[in-house]
This record gives sequence, C-alpha cells and structure tokens, in this order.
Amino acid sequence: MRQSIIQWFRFGSPQSFYPLAGRMIPWFWAAAAAFGIAGLWLSFFVAPTDAQQGEGYRIIFVHVPASWMSMFIYLVMAFWAGLGLALNTRVSGMMAQALAPTGALMAALSLWTGALWGKPMWGAWWVWDARLTSELILFFLYLGFMALQAAIDDPRRADKAGAILALVGVVNIPIIYFSVKWWNTLHQGSTINMNKAPSMAHTMLWGMLLMALCFWMYTIAVALVRVRAIILERERHTDWVKHAVE
Amino acid sequence: MQWNSVGEFFAMGGYAFYVWGSFGACVLLMFTEPFLARRRLSEVRKSLIRERLADELELQQKTQ
Repeated sequence: MRQSIIQWFRFGSPQSFYPLAGRMIPWFWAAAAAFGIAGLWLSFFVAPTDAQQGEGYRIIFVHVPASWMSMFIYLVMAFWAGLGLALNTRVSGMMAQALAPTGALMAALSLWTGALWGKPMWGAWWVWDARLTSELILFFLYLGFMALQAAIDDPRRADKAGAILALVGVVNIPIIYFSVKWWNTLHQGSTINMNKAPSMAHTMLWGMLLMALCFWMYTIAVALVRVRAIILERERHTDWVKHAVE
Repeated sequence: MQWNSVGEFFAMGGYAFYVWGSFGACVLLMFTEPFLARRRLSEVRKSLIRERLADELELQQKTQ
C-alpha cells in the first residue's frame, strides 16, 4: 500500500514523468486515429439522414464532442491546478498549463460549429442565450488563465495565481451544463440524458460517442506533448534535463 | 449508405457550407495544434543541446 502511494508521488516529479509521458504519447495518438476513423465512418456513411434537419444535423458529430471536451478539460485543469495548490506537487501546475490551450481550442470549436449549426436551423449565427453565453465565458476563462500565467515570470507564482482563477471559474461548468434546463433557451436540450434512453438512432449515438473518444484521446496526446515541453522549459537548469536530451 | 454519388456526398443535402465548415475547422485546428506543440518541444530540446555543446566547448578551452 505504502509502496504504491510512493509510486504515485514518484510520477509527480518532472524527472520521472517526462520519460513516462514520452512512452504514452504514441498510444494515445494511435487510439485517437482509430476512434476518429471509426467515428467519421459512422458519422457520414452509417448514420441515417435526420427527419427534421436533413444532412445538416451531421455537425452534431463534432459539435457535441468539442463541447463536452471543453467542459471536461476545464474540470481536469482545475483539478490539477487545485492539487498543485494543495500539495505543491510540481507536475500538477505543469499539467494545468498544458491543458489550457487545448481546452480553449475545444471551446472555440464548440462555438464555431455551433454558429455553423445555428445559422441554417435557427436563422442566426449567434444569440445571447444562456447556453451560448456561458460557453463563451468558458472560452474567455481559458484565455484569461493562459494570459495570467504568461504575465507572471515566476512559474510557481504563476501556477498559484492560475489555480485560483481556475478554481473560481469551475462554477461556470454546471451553469453551462444545466443552462438548457434552468432557462428557457433556444439551444436544444441535452443530447444524452442520464435518466432516459437516448431518443436518437443508435448509429447516430455511436458515431457521437466514438468521435468524443477520438477528441478525448487527442486531448491527452497533445497535452502530454505540451507538458513535456513545459517540463524541459521550467527544469532547464537542472542536471537531469541536461542528460535527458541527447 | 444514403449517398448515390460523390457529388451528392459533398453537397450534404444543401448544407455543404455548414457541415464542411464545421468538420474542416476541426481538422484544421486539430492538425495545427499538435504541430505547434511538437515544435515547442523540439525547440526547447534544440536549445538545450546547443547549451550543452557551448558548455563543453567552454570546458575544453579552459583545460587547454
């Protein structure tokens, strides 16, 4: 038991996490590609035409995964930031910093694909509706987190300031998630409901889930690449880094 | 499969701009981001290698 706890703390040190991340990255790329190919095949060739929205509904296969990931990455980022704040582990802050750009990218894709879906179906690229507005705030939270960290020279202090911003911003996640229930919005209700069987065709659901898995694996892979760069940048004056790079 | 021709597939039932605009943006950003992340990693690696070479050179000059 104690041995395994020590193992976990060992991976909390940049020196042992750097090679571990390097070994994991190819597997996550492979998984992202496999899920992506399968998901795209279902999205375009298996899932039937929608009775109401015709072929336009196919935007769902990227819109929903991007939106889910934008919220999920924020929670993971806030978790790492909070852990770093509480335990002062070095890799935690680096993980939070590595996740932020990918989270911002997912939020941007969610807003972009949402606009391209809203225009033909609602007749508007954008409306100041609860769901859309709270997602836009999420995008700004990511940008704010990145800007705040970039503005502080000392990385440990940057981590602390970023962690506080990230933790305060967590309140926005349930607001986004429940916005379609709490307020009368133009945005449709949640696609998948925990309490009842999904109303959509099974092939549509599977296409969406596979695309979500692809986005998830992609996120892990790209965040690990970025965290390796951050580790080397921050630890560049240590002995192990000098020997890690051949 | 619901497509009778390649043209029909690309037309997306009249929603071509919206559907391909969405998928295109995802593909574009999801290929650009890993490229930038990799470049950041290789740049810090290169600068570390340069630094070490400079250190070694300095050491050689001192010993000579």
